[in-house]
Amino acid sequence: MPETLVFYLFAGLAIGASALVIGQRNPMYSVMLLIASFGALAGLYIQLDAPFAAVAQIIVYAGAIMVLFLFVVMLLNAPQEDAAAYDRTHPLRHPAVTRFGALLAGLLVVQLSWALVRANQLAQPVAGRTDGAIVSSVRELGRVLFERHGFAFEATSILILVAMVGAVVLARREDHA
Amino acid sequence: MIDYLWTYRAPIITVLMIFVAFNALILASAGLVYWERKLMGFMQQRYGPYLVGPYGTLQPFADILKLLFKEELRPKGADKWLFTLAPVLSVVAAFTAFATVPFGPETTLWGLLDEPIKLGASDVNVGVLVVFAVTSMGVYGIVLAGWSSNSKYSLFGGLRASAQMISYELSYATALAAVILLGGSLSLREVVDSQAGFWSWLPILPRWYLFLQPLGFLIYMIAGIAETNRAPFDFPEAEQELVAGYNTEYSSVRFALFPQAEYINMVTMSAVATSLYLGGWHFPGVPESLGVIVFLAKVAAILFFYIWMRWTVPRYRYDQLMTFGWKWLFPASVVNLLATAALVLYFNA
Amino acid sequence: MIPLSHYLIVSAILFALGTAGVFLRRNLITILLSVEIMLNAVNLTFVAFGRVAGDVNGQIIVFFVMTVAAAEAAVGLALVIALFRHRESLNPDAFTSLKW
Repeated sequence: MPETLVFYLFAGLAIGASALVIGQRNPMYSVMLLIASFGALAGLYIQLDAPFAAVAQIIVYAGAIMVLFLFVVMLLNAPQEDAAAYDRTHPLRHPAVTRFGALLAGLLVVQLSWALVRANQLAQPVAGRTDGAIVSSVRELGRVLFERHGFAFEATSILILVAMVGAVVLARREDHA
Repeated sequence: MIDYLWTYRAPIITVLMIFVAFNALILASAGLVYWERKLMGFMQQRYGPYLVGPYGTLQPFADILKLLFKEELRPKGADKWLFTLAPVLSVVAAFTAFATVPFGPETTLWGLLDEPIKLGASDVNVGVLVVFAVTSMGVYGIVLAGWSSNSKYSLFGGLRASAQMISYELSYATALAAVILLGGSLSLREVVDSQAGFWSWLPILPRWYLFLQPLGFLIYMIAGIAETNRAPFDFPEAEQELVAGYNTEYSSVRFALFPQAEYINMVTMSAVATSLYLGGWHFPGVPESLGVIVFLAKVAAILFFYIWMRWTVPRYRYDQLMTFGWKWLFPASVVNLLATAALVLYFNA
Repeated sequence: MIPLSHYLIVSAILFALGTAGVFLRRNLITILLSVEIMLNAVNLTFVAFGRVAGDVNGQIIVFFVMTVAAAEAAVGLALVIALFRHRESLNPDAFTSLKW
């Protein structure tokens, strides 16, 4: 019972915070709310016996990526989304079109949820069939990561390097070049 | 009644542990304020606080009371929500970071209990990483305080804090990784318990990882001082340059929460250093039942070092701090990690 | 016990929110944040399926997604800064001309 409660608490927090991220116009608040959402997701990972993924979520997403976002919002002096600059003459911005799109998106969620509830294999509890000790073991995780996915691991390190160089080049002022 | 309590003993013990740790941290931060001011007085050849209570011991409580009764001010252009959230966030992160730090061995409280309990709020298998993750959340409190105050000095303090904490987090994490390699576990309790006894190669040295990781310990301490924004790396609140840095616009309780968070972070940093490098509650010749006292004594020794540093070493320049962090400390920590990994591989094979 | 479908529904809602954010918001930073929401929704699915299958590969792909997300955020934000210097705006509609 407490497990169910904790699940709904974290799930609700993640969904509510994410909805507010896109629901209000101040980018500073969006960043803070997204951090809350990531924290809630980390809680869900812990429930799924993935403590290492949860900690990585906090360290990488909440601790590094979001600091970067916060920095940029502060650097650009957090320009609020300007409602007046909203181009209402654009054919795709017609209120009827927007409403139709929102309806379709809502339908998609309902349909997807309906399908997920109906499928029999998905109704099994997540912790039912297998032992949680396998997936929560950091040792096992490291072994599989470096033995089976060694090439992908090295490839991501090159990706990070390229991204770093790219970010420096892109963000550099041209008059300093 | 007793049966009922027995059924729910695990959550009750957890709640009790949280209660103990929480209050110990609050008292520790009050004690640290007193101790710091006394030591500062000693180093500057004056008395320090001596009026309130015997030998001035009640001075921190007087300080807190004074701050509580002050008026709460909020600058007109400040962001209402984030201005209130910032100090809360800092102090919550500081308290939470201590959650996975064990402060004593498994004990039956001198035979009072039937089965041993673990001293520590919680024991997860990724404890070291949890401490690191939650500590890295502390930067948000400072950055938000700087940004939401709508003041130039605060903003500079906040920006400096985030740049500094992100830069030193790398060396900090890499130093942690090296000692985790030696301990073979991410759980702080297991790392501590692997440090009992003596080294086989020199049986008068206690089996502490400090003796295998002198460079790692040095890097950890330097990065730890930078992470907690203490002198000589206290740029976020460098008073000669930035008035008071990120907390310039704060007053009353909200102001009190920032130093509170800083002192708690110092305690956490020292407790983690004790667990990883100084053998935690193990000390040759001291029985396990006195483990908590040994642990506290080691933490106090590191805290003394912190305060000592603050009042003897002048503040660096900001560019020196960044150069030192990226060009010296981080490469040194990477070399340390690689050398440790190679040696662990060699001796285990 | 919580059935797998509940995790998938949470993930589906988060993904839909992220998609909606990309389409609805007119601020480059919020759009990037919405992309992060979508990536996280997918991560949740991977971890949940990995837990059911008792396989750590579900978590491993999450680490790769996180790495890619970090790279994406770094380059994306650098682009946002470069664009903001040119137009003093974060509205994607301000960047419709192919050359300036």
